[in-house]
Amino acid sequence: MKLKQISVFLENRKGRLWKALNILSNANINIRALSIADTSEFGILRMIVSDNELAKQILEESNFVVKVNEVIAVGVSDNPGGLEGVLEILNKMDVNVEYIYAFVEKNGEKAVVVIRTEDIDAGVNALKDGGITILSEEEIKNIKNN
Amino acid sequence: MIWNEKAECMSEDDLKELQLQRLQAVVKRAYEKVPYYHKRFTDLKIEPEDIETLEDIEKLPFTSKTDLRDAYPFGMFAVDIEDIVEVHTTSGTTGKPTVSGYTEADLDLWGEVMARALTMTGVKKNDKVQNSYGYGLFTGGMGVHYGGQKIGATVIPISAGNTTRQLEIMQDFETTVLTCTPSYGLYLAEVAEKEGIDTSKLKLKAGCFGAEMWTEEMRDKLEERLNISAQNVYGLTEVIGPGVAMECPEKNGLHIFEDHFYPEIINPKTLKPLPEGETGELVLTTLTREGMPVIRFRTKDITALRRGVCECGRTQVKMDRITGRSDDMLKVRGVIVFPSQIEKALLKIEGLEPQYQIIVTRPQHLDELEVQVETSPALFSDEVKHIEEVKKDIENRIHSEIGLRVTISLVEPQSLPRSEGKAVRVVDKRNI
Ligand SMILES: [Zn+2]
Repeated sequence: MKLKQISVFLENRKGRLWKALNILSNANINIRALSIADTSEFGILRMIVSDNELAKQILEESNFVVKVNEVIAVGVSDNPGGLEGVLEILNKMDVNVEYIYAFVEKNGEKAVVVIRTEDIDAGVNALKDGGITILSEEEIKNIKNN
Repeated sequence: MIWNEKAECMSEDDLKELQLQRLQAVVKRAYEKVPYYHKRFTDLKIEPEDIETLEDIEKLPFTSKTDLRDAYPFGMFAVDIEDIVEVHTTSGTTGKPTVSGYTEADLDLWGEVMARALTMTGVKKNDKVQNSYGYGLFTGGMGVHYGGQKIGATVIPISAGNTTRQLEIMQDFETTVLTCTPSYGLYLAEVAEKEGIDTSKLKLKAGCFGAEMWTEEMRDKLEERLNISAQNVYGLTEVIGPGVAMECPEKNGLHIFEDHFYPEIINPKTLKPLPEGETGELVLTTLTREGMPVIRFRTKDITALRRGVCECGRTQVKMDRITGRSDDMLKVRGVIVFPSQIEKALLKIEGLEPQYQIIVTRPQHLDELEVQVETSPALFSDEVKHIEEVKKDIENRIHSEIGLRVTISLVEPQSLPRSEGKAVRVVDKRNI
């Protein structure tokens, strides 16, 4: 149960992040989750959006470089230690985590954590074996974050 | 096909005899008609009669770009202005432009050498030449125009720019030969791909590319992306414009039309002539120009000459592809760097658009070299680590090519300035 994420290359220039987000909002694309990896020279905008194909297409039309890749989304209880348990499982199974980011559902009970492991399949298997519920694309879509 | 077999396949002895006659005549004309040359020759106690052999050319002074600039606008003309029927100038980006004046006979000569050049790319009477060199004071447009018409081909004088229209005309008119700068040729290919035009369906068969330096790697890209044979034309406004030399289908050097332009290679430091095959600065003497003869003009272009009968049948001397120009020769931390070396390294990287800009700065008494490269899907990843690796890989490749460490900056696609003429590859921000 893998989830599609889109990544966008951002040059370190004023207004580029705004421009990317503006393009998406003009096309009525919902952003479920977002994170930015920032280096001194460039940034990578990573997002879970409501329509990957459309998002990729319209961003590319505006000359952004876009990539779609797979990540894992899990729901963790919104209390201390919730995320730690997930990472512990991956660590035990020797699965490398490249990056994670999280967002909280509207009702505030659960946090959704997006995980990018070096090997996505290994990550999925480790979490399943560890009894963690992996969220499906459908479930993510049903999250209302407005 | 050879346009002028008699001239282009002449025996070495006949050629030397013709060159000597013409050299003696042009030296006499320059001495008698151009005050600048009269003074230079007199100062060196040289008279036209002192030219008894071709080697005697070494007695003559060099003409530099500065000399031509000082004569701005018409000081180098050897005929009355009323006999000049056309003028062109250099771009003048580094100061006052230099002016070249053409008589009726000069235009005829220009058409002749460009007809030879275009014939090398396969242009015949029934071809349609889309001339995307700029028309105007720049020599590119008119040079190709005269050559194409001399052959009897259909010249489409579209000039540079308006890329969408260029592609439309190319399809509707069934253009067979494209003439433009190589960087514009690549840009055309890029836009064609973007607009979903299948370049293999075009009638295009060849391209005559010049007016800026380019590499073998760029040739591969042009040939592959436009499905053509890409050939290199050489020339300079001070001498005539395009049509001084042209690459034949063998693609291993450019035949200099040496019955009209006499080439020498010198060491740019000692100014001494170098033996055949050695790399140095190209020096040219116009043997037949009427309006503005130039004697031993220092082109600043770095190349080597190679003699021998070519597989194509031509006997005229071949020069190597220009690899550097002292004008865009960069001296970074004391090391000589040519943009073409950086380009060569970049073009070896799969998925990289050949659009780049080199920025030289001197933040603290030490030169820094930054190369901006446009990101493409092939280079991009969702992981910082991977992008850093790509950057390092590019930096290492450039390092092994030029021996200097550079910083690669990835920029967004289409963010580097596209040029319709000569691409601006170097931005030198040092105040030197
Ligand atoms: Zn040849």
